Amino acid sequence: MEAAASCRQRALLRQVLGWRLAAAVAWSVLLLPACTAAFVLLGRAQPLRPLRWIADSFNDLYTSYVIFCILLMSVVILVISIFNVEFYAVVPSIPCSRLALIGKIIHPQQVIHSAVHAVMGMLVAWCAAVMTKGKFQFLAVPCTPSESPEDAVPQMCLNEYHLFFLLSGAFIGYSYSLLYLINNMNYLPFPIIQQYKYLRFRRSLPLLVKHSCVESLYLVRNFCVAYYFFGYIPKVWISTTMDLHIDRKLHPLDTLSGLLDLSLFYHTWLCGAFLLITWYIAWLLFKIYATETHHFPVQPTFAEETDQCLPKILNSNPPLIIKFLALQDLMLLSQYSPVRRQEVFSLSQPGGHPHNWTAISRECLSLLSDLTQRLITQQEAAAANGRAKQQAGEMKVPPQTPGAAVTEDMPFQSQRSNVIHRASMSSLVKSPLMPSKTSPGSDIGSPFSSPALTSKVGILDLNSPWHGSVQSPHVMRRGPKLWTSGSGLQMNGSHHESFPVLSVARVGSEAVQPSFIYTWLQNKQEQIKNFLSRRALIMYFFSKHPEASIQAVFSDAQMHIWALEGLSHLVAASFTEDQFGVVQTTLPAILNTLLTLQEVVDRHFKLPHVSSKPPRISGSLVDTSYKTLRFALRASLKTALYRITTVFGEHLNAVQVSPEHKKRLQQFLEYKE
Amino acid sequence: MCSLGLFPPPPPPGTATLYELNNVLVCGRLCEPLPLAFQSQLAELPTLSLPKDGLKAPGRLEHGTRPAFIHHREALWKRCINAWRDAGLCGLLKEIASAEEEEGLHWLKTASSSALAVCRWLSSLHGSLFPHLSLTSEDMIAAFSQAVDWTGCTVRAFAWHPHTSKFAVALLDDSVRVYNSSSATIPSLKHRLQRNVAAVAWKPLCASILAVACQSCVLVWHLDPTSLSTRPSSGCAQVLSYPGHGPVTSLAWAPSGGLLLSASPVDTAMLVWDVSTENCVQLQWFGGGGVTFLAWSPDGSKVLAATPSAVFRVWEAQMWTCERWPTIKGRCQTGCWSPDGSRLLFTVLGESVIYSLSFSEYRGEMQGQVGGSKTASIVADLSETTFETLYGEERIGGEVHSMVWDPTGERLAAIIRGNPDSPGSQTVVAVFRTRNSPVFELLPWCVAPGGGGNLLRRRGLPGCCPPVGRGGEEGEDAAVLHSSSGAPISPRIAPVLATLPSKTLSLGLPLP
Repeated sequence: MEAAASCRQRALLRQVLGWRLAAAVAWSVLLLPACTAAFVLLGRAQPLRPLRWIADSFNDLYTSYVIFCILLMSVVILVISIFNVEFYAVVPSIPCSRLALIGKIIHPQQVIHSAVHAVMGMLVAWCAAVMTKGKFQFLAVPCTPSESPEDAVPQMCLNEYHLFFLLSGAFIGYSYSLLYLINNMNYLPFPIIQQYKYLRFRRSLPLLVKHSCVESLYLVRNFCVAYYFFGYIPKVWISTTMDLHIDRKLHPLDTLSGLLDLSLFYHTWLCGAFLLITWYIAWLLFKIYATETHHFPVQPTFAEETDQCLPKILNSNPPLIIKFLALQDLMLLSQYSPVRRQEVFSLSQPGGHPHNWTAISRECLSLLSDLTQRLITQQEAAAANGRAKQQAGEMKVPPQTPGAAVTEDMPFQSQRSNVIHRASMSSLVKSPLMPSKTSPGSDIGSPFSSPALTSKVGILDLNSPWHGSVQSPHVMRRGPKLWTSGSGLQMNGSHHESFPVLSVARVGSEAVQPSFIYTWLQNKQEQIKNFLSRRALIMYFFSKHPEASIQAVFSDAQMHIWALEGLSHLVAASFTEDQFGVVQTTLPAILNTLLTLQEVVDRHFKLPHVSSKPPRISGSLVDTSYKTLRFALRASLKTALYRITTVFGEHLNAVQVSPEHKKRLQQFLEYKE
Repeated sequence: MCSLGLFPPPPPPGTATLYELNNVLVCGRLCEPLPLAFQSQLAELPTLSLPKDGLKAPGRLEHGTRPAFIHHREALWKRCINAWRDAGLCGLLKEIASAEEEEGLHWLKTASSSALAVCRWLSSLHGSLFPHLSLTSEDMIAAFSQAVDWTGCTVRAFAWHPHTSKFAVALLDDSVRVYNSSSATIPSLKHRLQRNVAAVAWKPLCASILAVACQSCVLVWHLDPTSLSTRPSSGCAQVLSYPGHGPVTSLAWAPSGGLLLSASPVDTAMLVWDVSTENCVQLQWFGGGGVTFLAWSPDGSKVLAATPSAVFRVWEAQMWTCERWPTIKGRCQTGCWSPDGSRLLFTVLGESVIYSLSFSEYRGEMQGQVGGSKTASIVADLSETTFETLYGEERIGGEVHSMVWDPTGERLAAIIRGNPDSPGSQTVVAVFRTRNSPVFELLPWCVAPGGGGNLLRRRGLPGCCPPVGRGGEEGEDAAVLHSSSGAPISPRIAPVLATLPSKTLSLGLPLP
């Protein structure tokens, strides 16, 4: 059953993304000869004799070693593309503390990523050295003949220039991998407007070239510094293992005067820029192809297509990228396509049930109420956090302030919790919730989620003080992840998990009674963490950046934005287009969900530490749009509500909503929100 | 085709168009009481009152700390670095070229002055291709703004809120005031960067977000509709700036909210802003030398982008591809869309006609196609016509400066600028009755005077005004001035507004 589902998902993924990725790789390989030609041309620069320069460069392009280099670099591009495909994420993983970042860097997957990129960088540098010719071409060169008669036998010497080139390639490859991680370049940002792929590529190309050139400059500078200090190690090592001599006549490169060679610097920079440009092109093409819209049919025309139609995909649990594409398609169809909207509003034949609309609206609503719950949890955590900190700071009380009292009646709580689930589930979240769904953002297969995190998915945090008030099984299940990213949780749960953690295997099924020893261990662990967290140096690594944890909460908000837009456009269109009145039945639930979310979001922006303005985004190649998703969410939420109220107007007074919401709705109707 | 000759003669001087009743515009004296039917609705209208003085264009002083300090002569390299930071390469070259011969850098000086000459020659070459690039930014705004006399008139830009009775007015002193029927407070928006405002636009599907096109950037003001503050802090404004994108002369919000388009005559790209995140996407399309005017069709499917040369483009707003339309005589001055986005009316500088361009109906399935018809047709001829009235001859007609179509598609208002060479011609507002389906019809309806004449001498009296589309118009003692901008009009009601000395403002009313 599980296997079949995952097999089907993989087939779906391959079907939707397969061709696109192949095309992206093909284009990046096809663009390689052009880049190589530019590299050869610039590498031979002889500005005083332009004709000869151009003629020489073109002659070189047809030589066998350049063609071999192109083939080799195609393989490199292929490997880089495979890494791009394997490492992409639609929900960025944001390290909340410095330790989390270090943890990410030494994560095995990242180490493999870096190592492979370093090797690939070295390969590209070798190709670049071979194509540059001149003094860079070979690793072993005959030594300068010396005058003294005793060693007249020609000896092979190490060509330090070549070595310098190779090492710089490895360094730049490694730095690329590091920057890829730190800048979250595996994140796939979806564009704010739809454009053709060619236009998007053309728009980004100048930026890409500029970014690569500047970055190459910095990286080469850093490499020179590194080589100045540590350059003798690889030099000696290579010369001893390969039995090469070191030419005493030539000036060694790991000295100040050796590094001040302008030609060396230029060629290294050019090699770095070439490497970065080709790799970034592969990355950019992958991004453009992967985020292109995909047209999911609303109603299947053939029976085999049922798996690919929009309501089915939204309600099943596809890979996140598919879900994102489906929601994007929903947003587009609700906005631009009356024909497909009609299909959404249509009734099933036979039976006359609005299956399409029910499925779509249910999924959107459950997404939104998920977010509501997550925000409530985060706010509660922030409030509790503030309290705990204050007390710890002022009185130096034992760590688990609010948690201590609660620990006692734990068995009772866990029993009661099951009851509360059922009750609160229907009261707050009107829409039927899907029984099994992984939380967004916890894509378990994602390379950056640490293994310990995945094992913790089943663990619940039942004992927080807000526990009885509003809850749904969803929040409960993802309790630990709510206000912090996974790694932050393990390493510094100190402040935030002052409450002991209960473990419940699968909500909805039976709750496992926690063993006493386990809770005791948990408690001890908390105490140790709290003790450590007061030491200054450790605090430096453990302390959370508030901005980062807020970003982590909203990291998958793009989904919610699309759900909001899709839902509100559909509802607005239903005013004129919905013949059977299928939307009317869900209108109260939709309004309820939106208004509740609106309240919670409003409250979130009133929290301390939360800036109310987006930070300035410089127009750089690295996309940081995930940092501002919360502002986009706030704006689109308001717009969605206004879209509905503007179209329905006074008719909304007839909709069944709670008095508070009615008041809120009235404010929207009067344009006073 | 309809021409000005078919219009009824303009109302006698000294009167103004008061209101529309039973499909007829009623003219009368300013102090006449209105029919009872209107009085309750008028109570909902905000009243514009401008201060008698203080509306002078602010002195354009260079804001900075430099004048406060005693001038100190620095070393050449230091000055060069400063110039490089302040003004880029050109500044650096200028600094070197103007350096005194103290260090004996003869050759450097010569080289930089020749490089500067080359720079100037290149820029003049560029300027000869696109003459507007040699204008100063204020002249450029004045040339491309939708206000008739941008430099001289008090009201530089005006915008009705698309949903409620609320409007924003940009004044000569670079402040923007927001008038709201439901509250007595009139927020006055000022910001360090808010200079030379060319356009204002309210965000649709939103209570109170206003975009202001300034000289160097776009400011997006987030106003709290319930706030009582009369001077919102500049912290309420988001600054959207992009290098090389200024002065901004036109703004257009997507009718579905969210996206904002901004255009500058010096930038060939127009920018699509995701305002909430301040992300922007450049829509580059070379040729034309810039973008002067933007109009987003009410159904959100297409955007008109006019350029300073004799070409305009129509973008399709889903995949953002465009169709290019060369015009014969001059640049496209203004344009407006029918409510369903299937018809574009536009005017061209130097011709006193209104063109119409129809588009195939938008279905959403035809991604990336604009679907315009082959040629534009002339639907109205507004060349100069002489009316024989009881009070003498009146000559009306000329180029259309600004045009708006009300959201129901029943009225079209156009500001007709009089011929500046003939003394008798005046600036008027022509209002047409329109119908878009099944067949497009443009019927002459009335001509409203542009507010000049006796109207102005009635100081202190409540001014009554014609239903000028979405526009406000304004008179001053010497000349007749109009400023117009977007807001829905009510074809049924002519509102009363504005009492101010020597100036009358007329404003439309949103649909009840």
